[in-house]
Amino acid sequence: MQSFDLEAQGLRALNSVLHDQAANTNQTVWEINNPKGSHAIAVGLDAPIEVNVKGSTGYYCGGMNKQATIHVHGSAGPGTGENMMSGKIVIEGDASQYLGATAHGGLIVVKGNASSRCGISMKGVNIVVQGNIGHMSAFMGQSGNLVVCGDAGDALGDSCYEARFFVRGSVKSLGADCEKKEMRAEHLEFLKEIIAESGVDAKPEEFTRYGSARTLYNFDVDNAGAY
Amino acid sequence: MCGIVGLFLKDKSLEPQLGEMLTDMLVTMTDRGPDSAGIAIYGGETEGKVKLTLQSDTPESGFAKLDNALRKAIKGKVDMSVIDTHARLEIQADQMAEAQAFLKANHPDLRMMSHGESLEIYKEVGLPKNVAERFDVRKMSGSHGIGHTRMATESAVTTMGAHPFNTGLDQCLVHNGSLSNHNSLRRSLRRLGVHIETENDTEVGAAYLTWKMQEGATLGEALESSLDDLDGFFTFVVGTKDGFGVVRDPIACKPAVMAETDQFVAFGSEYRALVNLPGIDNARVWEPEPATVYFWSHTSAPTAQEKAA
Repeated sequence: MQSFDLEAQGLRALNSVLHDQAANTNQTVWEINNPKGSHAIAVGLDAPIEVNVKGSTGYYCGGMNKQATIHVHGSAGPGTGENMMSGKIVIEGDASQYLGATAHGGLIVVKGNASSRCGISMKGVNIVVQGNIGHMSAFMGQSGNLVVCGDAGDALGDSCYEARFFVRGSVKSLGADCEKKEMRAEHLEFLKEIIAESGVDAKPEEFTRYGSARTLYNFDVDNAGAY
Repeated sequence: MCGIVGLFLKDKSLEPQLGEMLTDMLVTMTDRGPDSAGIAIYGGETEGKVKLTLQSDTPESGFAKLDNALRKAIKGKVDMSVIDTHARLEIQADQMAEAQAFLKANHPDLRMMSHGESLEIYKEVGLPKNVAERFDVRKMSGSHGIGHTRMATESAVTTMGAHPFNTGLDQCLVHNGSLSNHNSLRRSLRRLGVHIETENDTEVGAAYLTWKMQEGATLGEALESSLDDLDGFFTFVVGTKDGFGVVRDPIACKPAVMAETDQFVAFGSEYRALVNLPGIDNARVWEPEPATVYFWSHTSAPTAQEKAA
């Protein structure tokens, strides 16, 4: 295992050494000490390595991630996993606002709660939250899945496209053009797999599915006069 | 952006270190806004006395023999100490109005930064590190305090545009965000006779709270109605004689992290500001909810009041 003291060695040195890891690197496991809420930890990684951050992180941890598994042993600041392409981010504590914004792929797991705008404009990422999520989550979500074992705040899925939302608890309010949908066998199957993969405590049949009512983003000939 | 820090001590043994802790927190937030910085510190009180902090661009001449002149004018005891561009005046509480009238009439170039039994505000243009050094903030002790580092977006970088703003006796306000209806609100408040000095948005927010409280609202009620009347982005932290409060606008874009232990309640724009506080690894850390007014007080239990939509 490779160990890195962020406070002593600095952020540029950290990200530079992580960027240097190739697909066939032997240095597959990294431990980062003293993160102390620093910004941009382990951003832009592109190798199948495991990075364990021993503490809480600031803005944009794991942003643009490809392939890597990033495990935050603390809470994560705003914009964690922003524009992630693949790989995995696990947050032991809570996640701040706009977790996984615009992320295209991979999996983000939050063991605590996620704040407002979780999964905003998500484009294919899967996000699993053991606790609750804040208001305006998955705003303009395009694809991917947001799985919430607790409650969702105001305006879930406002102006969403084809992202899917599964909530076990209550939804404070649904956003514009977001509606409750039926749970079919394929959804239960998906939940079974993602619950197992993310290691959260929940059963597929406890969830309710929400998604786009498809009245906002489709052209409707009855509205032709308005253009 | 702007950076806010706040520290409310439950453990009295930490009080001598308040200035030191608050300075470290504020310096950590420098890159959220490096153009001006300020601190409001609640550093204890003397029975029957109030403190005024004044600022002068030309402190040598501005504060020269000011204590003598004031003593003569109000025929009372005046203790003055000058710290860099600020002077701290301690006077009899029942002579405060008289002293303020005298200063306004005879020394219009002096700006009043704060008035209160316990509150003192020091703020200037410059980096948090330099501002804290100029006012020797590290040596200050107290029960609670608020710091702010500014990245100006709505008005000029001046001392008067720096935070905290004094909103009433022993009350102050700091702001991260930008108010979008400050021009119309400034016009309305001025028509009601409220004095607003600059084109700064936060000063309007502060004047709004002052006006609401003069109309009979409590600070909590004034903060709740600010959620209706102020448009824009804000995370506000307010200081009172015995505690502090936090409120975020309903959108809550502007970051806020809180931490609580048996020894303190702390506020930071980012978790980074809190990492060196004692026992932080075992603290309860959370983000304050949007449109919810929180209060911590030395004299009563903490409260969190969600504003009905």
